[in-house]
Amino acid sequence: MKTMRFVLGVLIAFCLVMTISFPAWAADTIKIGVIGPMNFVQGKGHWNGATMAAEDINARGGIQVGKKKMKVELVKADSNEFLSMTDATNAMELLLTRHKVDFIVGGFRTEAVLAMQDMAMDYKKIFIGCGAASDEICTRVATDYDTYKYWFRQTPINSTFLGKTSFIHLGTVAAILKMSLNIPTIKVAVVAEKAMWTEGMIKACQVYLPKMGMEIVGIWRPSAVATDVTAELSAIQRSGAHIVFTIFSSSVGITFARQAGELKIPAAMVGINVEAQKDSYWEATQGMGNYVMTLNTYARGVEVNELTAPFMNRYIERFGETPTYTADTYGAIIYALAPTIEEAETLNSDKIVAILENREYAVPTGKIGYMKDAQGRHLHDVKWGPGYVTSLGVQWQDGELKGVWPNRWKAAEGLPEITYKGMVPYKIAPWVIEKYKK
Amino acid sequence: MILDIITSGLINGSVYALLAIGFSLIFGAARIVNLAHTAFYMVASYCIYYATHKMGIHPVLAMLVAIILVTLIGLVCYKLFIDPIREHEAAVLIATIAIAMAMQEIMLLIFTGDFLSVPSLVSGYLKIIGVKIAYQQLLTICVALLILAGVWVLLKKTRLGLAIRSTADDREVANLMGMNESRVAMITMGISVALAAFAGAVVVPLTVVNPHMWMHPLIFMLAVVVLGGLGSLKGSFVGAYILGFAESIVVFLLPMGAFLKGSVALSIMILVLLIRPEGLFGVAFEEER
Repeated sequence: MKTMRFVLGVLIAFCLVMTISFPAWAADTIKIGVIGPMNFVQGKGHWNGATMAAEDINARGGIQVGKKKMKVELVKADSNEFLSMTDATNAMELLLTRHKVDFIVGGFRTEAVLAMQDMAMDYKKIFIGCGAASDEICTRVATDYDTYKYWFRQTPINSTFLGKTSFIHLGTVAAILKMSLNIPTIKVAVVAEKAMWTEGMIKACQVYLPKMGMEIVGIWRPSAVATDVTAELSAIQRSGAHIVFTIFSSSVGITFARQAGELKIPAAMVGINVEAQKDSYWEATQGMGNYVMTLNTYARGVEVNELTAPFMNRYIERFGETPTYTADTYGAIIYALAPTIEEAETLNSDKIVAILENREYAVPTGKIGYMKDAQGRHLHDVKWGPGYVTSLGVQWQDGELKGVWPNRWKAAEGLPEITYKGMVPYKIAPWVIEKYKK
Repeated sequence: MILDIITSGLINGSVYALLAIGFSLIFGAARIVNLAHTAFYMVASYCIYYATHKMGIHPVLAMLVAIILVTLIGLVCYKLFIDPIREHEAAVLIATIAIAMAMQEIMLLIFTGDFLSVPSLVSGYLKIIGVKIAYQQLLTICVALLILAGVWVLLKKTRLGLAIRSTADDREVANLMGMNESRVAMITMGISVALAAFAGAVVVPLTVVNPHMWMHPLIFMLAVVVLGGLGSLKGSFVGAYILGFAESIVVFLLPMGAFLKGSVALSIMILVLLIRPEGLFGVAFEEER
């Protein structure tokens, strides 16, 4: 009887140990945590992109790690970061301590990503950002390399480049208006939602727009969630602006475009309007958001390289919508992590970092290469420009989001013109033509 | 610019008035501080979206269905979660905020956090002295004013209105006079929630539907109610337009500070309270029952 009890005790203890150390059972899988606001478009993009990547990798048998072929297992973590920073850090804590993931991809809101980044770095886990644009997240790598070297940005291009690209779009539209409508000096109304990330861009507008030969007629700062901007629109119309330079990432982008379209405000809209990057925008604005131009990553029919069309087609077929930039978790897993792990022949973070930071590889949005700062220190931030990722300029044209930039774009004198496949000419709204055509 | 301010102020004020009067009504009649009031407005907006987009129902019919449905939901919530704890004001506060949060999470689960919208009932705009005013905005103002007029008639010209006012005046005396105070409270709750649903219905073609759309109006509605005087319908009406116009003036005179419109409106409320703690039309606290 005593022996029986002893054996039973040992068995129970064994089961307990096995249960507690369950993750060790899955030693033949690579666990990748996908973190993002899963109830929102951004989080859905994170998850969809990662799902496609995991399916592709597993379909070919997994990732070769030394002599072992390891399959990819995704762990979904809802950061709810739009609403709660605590939820974001809790989700990251769960990934690191309970699920014991090997790598993390995702993140969206800068404030949340900064906190989540610290946690991932404490555990020396590689965290590939696919959402937050703030320069500061990558500056940390340069200033404290040993701590932050496990962080890499996959998408989007950083805030500085976002601003630079938006100004190029603004300049392009200004040139078209000048030429088509004979406007000598383009007047610009800057409308930026009240949010931290827009502050730098407003300052840049005040500095660069006059240098670009444009006149700023006013700066408006509606709330990011304003539900009525007719007052701002009336004031903009009174200012005589030819272009409204928008800097929106939240719902105000829908309100603004819809009401401007409804009231036929005679000004071209260009800049950043995150809501206008989504397929749902047309319905959300009830078709009033026509002719709005925004910076974007993907557009149906536009091919940056040979990887764009296959990815886009499969994504649209699988999920029924155009990917948003957060779906670049696909590239982060399949083009950044997988080949680097195979080359390193290990899951050791330090060895992978050493290889990844020096790699250059193609993704559906261009080519990723990692920047260094002026002092030659690693930033782990993506390079921008011809040959690398540039992002797109897209415009809503009668219910379809069309690529309009780069279209015969010259990054500098002497450099060749760049036009991605599938670009169409920019269209001026008829009510703008009607107002200014002489 | 003056016309811009008038139009914008009228729209904002009318919506706040619809919300604040419903809130004041139930507070006045049953001393219930219903923090879920604007959540019913949010649910009504979603109902209209669902009915128009998913079921293909005409927007006007969808609005009527939404108002009835949300009123019923409001009554069920009242019976299940508020009525049993009515006498404990702090518990009611907590229960109503919990109801609001639950509604928000349910909408988030069903519709996700995507920003949605409903088509305008009338498209196009009217140009008055160079100012463009969308027909939908004019319609919103007219409908809101009509509903407010209807509420006034109900309260002043009907027996039910008399019962509500009597209960609001003194619950115990109204009870002693043979009025079923509990029933009056329930009916008032129904009217109050219906007003919130009406606000949702008139505003939904102008706004972006999302699960968090109830928070900003809640703060504003509370500001309006406190500014006008807790429980005073006249106060809520006047307070709503004061804050509505304050918002518009800020946007027009301070473009860089347009996001401050909420803060300015709330500052006005604080200023009024410093001078007149009972609000514009409220009863002084020490004189209150």
